[in-house]
Amino acid sequence: MLEIRNLHVQIEDKKILNGLTLTVNDGEVAAIMGPNGSGKSTLSYVIAGKEDYEVLDGEILLDGQNLLEMEPDQRAAAGVFLAFQYPLEIPGVATMTFLKAAMNAQRKQRGEDELATPDFMKRVRAAADKLQIGQDMLKRALNVGFSGGEKKRMEILQMALLEPRFCILDETDSGLDIDALKIAADGVNALRGGERSFLVITHYQRLLNYIVPDSVHVMAAGKVVRSGGKELALELEANGYADYRSQAA
Amino acid sequence: MADVTPMRTGAETALVDMFPAVKASLPGTAKVADARKAALERFQAVGLPHRRIEAWHYTDLRGLLREAAPIAPAPDASAIASVQSAGDPLGDIDGIRLTLVDGHLVPTLSALDRLPEGLEVTPLATALAKGHPLVDAHMGSIARAADDPLPALNAAFVSDGVVLRVVEGTALDEPIIVRNVLTGDTPAATFTRILLVVEEGASVTLVENHEAFGGVAHQGNSVVEILVGDRSQVEHVRVNARGGNGFDLSTLGVRLGEAATFRSVALAVSPAVTRHQIGVVFAGEGASLSVGGGALLNGSQHADTTLLVDHAVPHGVSRELFKHVLDGEATGVFQGKIVVRPDAQKTDGRMMSQAVLLDDGAAMNNKPELEIFADDVQCAHGATCGALDEDLLFYLRARGLPLPEAEALMLQAFVGEAMELIAHEGVRTVLEGVVESWLRARM
Amino acid sequence: MPAVQETVEKVRAIDVDQYKYGFSTDLEVDKAPVGLNEDIVRLISAKKNEPEWMLEWRLDAYRRWLTMREPTWARVSYPPIDFNGIHYYAAPKLNAAPKSLDEVDPAILETYKKLGIPLREQEILAGVQTSKVAVDAVFDSVSVVTTFKEELKKAGVIFCSISEAIREYPDLVRKYLGSVVPVTDNFYATLNTAVFTDGSFVYVPKGVRCPMELSTYFRINEKNTGQFERTLIIAEEGAYVSYLEGCTAPQRDENQLHAAVVELVALDDAEIKYSTVQNWYPGDAEGKGGVYNFVTKRGDCRGRNSKISWTQVETGSAITWKYPSCILRGEGSRGEFYSIAVSNGMQQVDSGTKMIHLGKNTTSRIISKGISAGRSQNTYRGQVSAHRKATGARNFTNCDSLLIGSACGAHTVPYMESKNASAVFEHEATTSKISEDQMFYCQQRGLSAEEATALIVNGFVKDVLQQLPMEFAVEAQKLISISLEGSVG
Repeated sequence: MLEIRNLHVQIEDKKILNGLTLTVNDGEVAAIMGPNGSGKSTLSYVIAGKEDYEVLDGEILLDGQNLLEMEPDQRAAAGVFLAFQYPLEIPGVATMTFLKAAMNAQRKQRGEDELATPDFMKRVRAAADKLQIGQDMLKRALNVGFSGGEKKRMEILQMALLEPRFCILDETDSGLDIDALKIAADGVNALRGGERSFLVITHYQRLLNYIVPDSVHVMAAGKVVRSGGKELALELEANGYADYRSQAA
Repeated sequence: MADVTPMRTGAETALVDMFPAVKASLPGTAKVADARKAALERFQAVGLPHRRIEAWHYTDLRGLLREAAPIAPAPDASAIASVQSAGDPLGDIDGIRLTLVDGHLVPTLSALDRLPEGLEVTPLATALAKGHPLVDAHMGSIARAADDPLPALNAAFVSDGVVLRVVEGTALDEPIIVRNVLTGDTPAATFTRILLVVEEGASVTLVENHEAFGGVAHQGNSVVEILVGDRSQVEHVRVNARGGNGFDLSTLGVRLGEAATFRSVALAVSPAVTRHQIGVVFAGEGASLSVGGGALLNGSQHADTTLLVDHAVPHGVSRELFKHVLDGEATGVFQGKIVVRPDAQKTDGRMMSQAVLLDDGAAMNNKPELEIFADDVQCAHGATCGALDEDLLFYLRARGLPLPEAEALMLQAFVGEAMELIAHEGVRTVLEGVVESWLRARM
Repeated sequence: MPAVQETVEKVRAIDVDQYKYGFSTDLEVDKAPVGLNEDIVRLISAKKNEPEWMLEWRLDAYRRWLTMREPTWARVSYPPIDFNGIHYYAAPKLNAAPKSLDEVDPAILETYKKLGIPLREQEILAGVQTSKVAVDAVFDSVSVVTTFKEELKKAGVIFCSISEAIREYPDLVRKYLGSVVPVTDNFYATLNTAVFTDGSFVYVPKGVRCPMELSTYFRINEKNTGQFERTLIIAEEGAYVSYLEGCTAPQRDENQLHAAVVELVALDDAEIKYSTVQNWYPGDAEGKGGVYNFVTKRGDCRGRNSKISWTQVETGSAITWKYPSCILRGEGSRGEFYSIAVSNGMQQVDSGTKMIHLGKNTTSRIISKGISAGRSQNTYRGQVSAHRKATGARNFTNCDSLLIGSACGAHTVPYMESKNASAVFEHEATTSKISEDQMFYCQQRGLSAEEATALIVNGFVKDVLQQLPMEFAVEAQKLISISLEGSVG
């Protein structure tokens, strides 16, 4: 279970989150929606531990562990996975090399043995096939020269391989055409189940047609201003965020 | 083993010997006279720069300047009349005109009595003779005599020029156009200087137009110092396009205040030897700089642009773009250095120098440098050198353009990129015209 | 286990400041008296049983050297070197020239074993290594052993110490030695000419592709000893050879001087690939001790369509002053320079290349990756020139610098001089730090800051690592990460 309590965050003296409180239960898919600038991406970065953000108050607990006291790599090993809105390019580092380095680093942190190469290759192939990621893409440098859709699929591939406890999808739908969106959503849906929970951040309702959430939360001016079931997303689609903007101001 | 002091050349001796003869006639208080003497001593100690001096590696002034010309006499009525009748290449532009003839400001050709509000102009000779707070505070502090022999010689021999003050918050609509003309029919030397102080939040365009009549091998040494105040915007354009077969040696020193914007473009097509040295210091945070230049040369012309961009404080942005077109046996030189000091984090600096060689006798020397002492920076430089793109030439010819026209079209576009940095449309048009006529003459 | 992780393991396993190769070997040593004069030059020549012409050549160089001054243009600073405070010759005491490995002092063999350099042919052949590498092991001033000589001889390749070559192949040596780096080329090259003690000699005859990698392993062991080695490689028409040198030295508080000269000659259609993994002792974190690496390396593409390729991984030395260059004389010849220079602690690197285009349609390529950390200064200095007759010359240069930490410096000083309108030069350079976003991305996937740095740096240098022979690339990759150890705060 992920619990965020009264979270206040600023970056370079600008307050972004203003007492955000949110709980995501085991196995739950929670959607966060909200207008641009409401602090959605900040929330995802703060959970994952990006340095630039200053947490003024509040706490984030994953199964009772205080994430705010952990380094980003420790949080990853604890099971936090962030699918980036803009995945980074790392020139010269083959995707395969990166995947193996990440999987083994996490296994080591958790006190598990490293994967043997054949086992690793088998896992990657199986996951890649599902996402229609070809072998040539895996040989190339990570995300370098990938299209927007390829980058997003690569994020889902990493999510599948790293088997995280808690997944954050930050605007995974942005820049995707409908076919790519379906492939990505199928990838995510295949990972649903058990205790794994998701936080799906999106501006539009569209993604939620494919990844159907258990709960929807509306963010404005750095906090959750309304929560409801999946029908809330449809309501937002119809009425827009105008009400919340004024509410926030 | 001690360094062997090279023998003084004839030109060096002439320059040193000239000083006692002319110093009484040079304007200035006793303090100024002392400064002149110190500057001359400084020159005496180092002599003319030569290729063993790293900053002058590609321009051996010691070898190039065989004879030092005598200082130009003050212009007489016929000299002034010749300037008037020659017409002004920038004549179509509405501007605040100031004219230097043979190293002296000519009031009848200058708008001293019809200046817009917020602009103060003092003839430099007057400022030196009577004392002037801006001269006392700033002159020689940006283009320092201690740093290089050119500003040292200028400080010793300077005859006249202008001191310009743009008062806080003033936005001058029209550019200040300084015409700097040499008229004599025997080679003469001039040493002129402009000090431009732009106060906080002001904006101004300064254009320098250098001309030497009659293809005479004059020797110009000019210094421009500009203080760009906090949040002010300054544009500077320098052109040397008419006549003259001599030396155009110039030093531009700029100090940028906080969030200031400075733009400078120089174009050289005319003199036998051009050395344009630019030093810009980022003294206030968040300033932005763009410097550009072009040179179109043929025969045995030689043009050197040497640039030092000193990011001394954080958050500075600099962009540099230089273009050389070299025909005949001409030589182009670009030396550009971006320095980022230890505290100048978040600096963003980009420099590009490109050259086209049109003849096998031509030569280009490119030395773009990065000297970086801060880690959180983005700096880059690039340099290219070569002939015109043959595929592109073929494409144009296949569309019906004869070779010379195809070349001219490509070269115009090539140099045009640097000219586009000029914001003032009228001035930009004049410089583009200079490029065009050089290219037409070649066809 | 991928190399990256192995690297990280290594980094973890060793303490800060611990140079892996810092041990010294106790040996009985035959040393020249300290200092430099004509008698010392004569002594060196006599120790080597050199012919008279060689001694004359050395003495001529020595006399010229006395009139020369140390170059000061590089961005390095160090206290004055006392050239009379150095031993110019030091050799492990040997009964005679060893005929086989069994006659070599076991302490020396143990040293190379510790360094991971295989000297026993049968062990190499029996081992898991799939490719054979012939090694010339140079210990202080002398070559102690050269492996696989017989097998190479069958192919017609001569691979031996330069001392042996001077005695056994005087005609070849006289023809080529000093023909690429003239006696008075520069202060250190001239000093080397006077006092060089050993080095490697390679001759690959016409049409022969050298059947294995050749390698020289240099080790400075003795205190206060300069190492002045001389290497000469000649590839005749259509020949090919790939050569690699490695260097280490014990950890000592004093600075040690290393001034080598390497000359390469490639005739028509010949190719020489020269790789260096330089890991001399860099000094401690405060800049105490370390090797002064003042080296002149030059290749002459004398023949048509010849090719010389320099690849260097520079992680060691307190000061590096080194510009492996190519003279592109033959029509259609090609020069390449691939460099990784890593500096940490108080190291100073001033390195780069010269590509001198003299012939028609000559091409060159320069890829330089500099990484500065700690309080080090790392300068790329390079020159590309096209002379009047170099019609159709082409150069592409790419220099990237990476800064790790705010107390170091990265500098780029390229000189591009073209005197031919059809020559095309392209140069690009960038300086930046490791992107925080990339770091965060890697950490989000579970890599620690140190692992993430190693990964990103290895990606940054990949274009150059690819140029190294496979087994050395892995070694170099580890070395780079170890060199950067402690740089991530």
